[in-house]
Amino acid sequence: MSTLSVRVWRGQASGHFEVFDVPRLESQTVLDVVTHIQRALDPTLAYRFACRVGMCGSCAMTVNGRARWTCRTHVARVAAENRIEIAPLANLPVVRDLVTDMTPFFDKWAKARGRFRGAATRRDEFARVPPESRGRRVADAAIECIGCGVCYGSCDVVAWNPDYLGPAALNRAWTLLNDVRDTDNRARLAAVAGDAGCHACHTQMSCTERCPKQLAPTASIAGLKRAAALAALRGEL
Amino acid sequence: MKTRSQVLLWTAQRVSAAVLAVCVLVHLATVIYAVRNGLSAAEILGRTRGNAGWAAFYTVFVLAAAVHAPIGLRGVLAETLDWRGTGLEVTALVIGLALALLGLRAVYAVFI
Repeated sequence: MSTLSVRVWRGQASGHFEVFDVPRLESQTVLDVVTHIQRALDPTLAYRFACRVGMCGSCAMTVNGRARWTCRTHVARVAAENRIEIAPLANLPVVRDLVTDMTPFFDKWAKARGRFRGAATRRDEFARVPPESRGRRVADAAIECIGCGVCYGSCDVVAWNPDYLGPAALNRAWTLLNDVRDTDNRARLAAVAGDAGCHACHTQMSCTERCPKQLAPTASIAGLKRAAALAALRGEL
Repeated sequence: MKTRSQVLLWTAQRVSAAVLAVCVLVHLATVIYAVRNGLSAAEILGRTRGNAGWAAFYTVFVLAAAVHAPIGLRGVLAETLDWRGTGLEVTALVIGLALALLGLRAVYAVFI
């Protein structure tokens, strides 16, 4: 049986990597490795997970420099020469070890007005939105985001520009922009446009490359850029 | 800077990029032509001086560059140096004006 040499971040923003030797097993995931360390080697290791089957996104961490869901990352895929490096998700404050504070991520979601606002009440008829309609197809292509933060942790612009709303918040705003029931879109477009919004995106596409749900925030952001430009030229912004 | 202005800057960046794409290709073609045919500086100037069409083309080229470069630099400087505010805006504007001036001066020298 072989052994994995695992470097794990300990501490907060300042800290160090600690090395653990973990038995390598078949079909092992990186989350299995972290769990083994905490249960068998060092109970003080802090990390976050929930479903452990690739549905919730809680276990997102930086593995060998790339943001991934650790429960969906097989060790066989990433452990060249039996080595792995595990760090907390990038671009977020570190609470301790592998746990990050997601508050800024969700604050930006709110800043991008990523919340549905409708005009109908319970007394009104259901809205009828054909699934094949253009707006709904566009929204559905981006709607499956579960807010795991992998895109946010992968984005260079998020790292360079502290005000940048980030791919997830902008992606969600785009789905609402295409929702025919939503009544907040004029304010929403103003919220997501500009230097701290969609226009800061340089189309590097790390978000699209790494999204575990195969979403394309870059495409959503491109849509926001088009919508904002049209609105600005029409004097609606 | 207001959001609307930021969006208009981005739009100007995209439009000037489209103009530059065409201008750069044409310019490359003329450069390759001149080099391939072994034209001397005097021969080139003999063809360009008083040529209104090419003067107009290169004026458009210069102005597109004078729009495109400062907007791009503004973004690069903000991201690299964490620089924001009036100082940055003024710097970008000055660079744009300088490019326009130097470029139009060159157009005058070569084409008028």
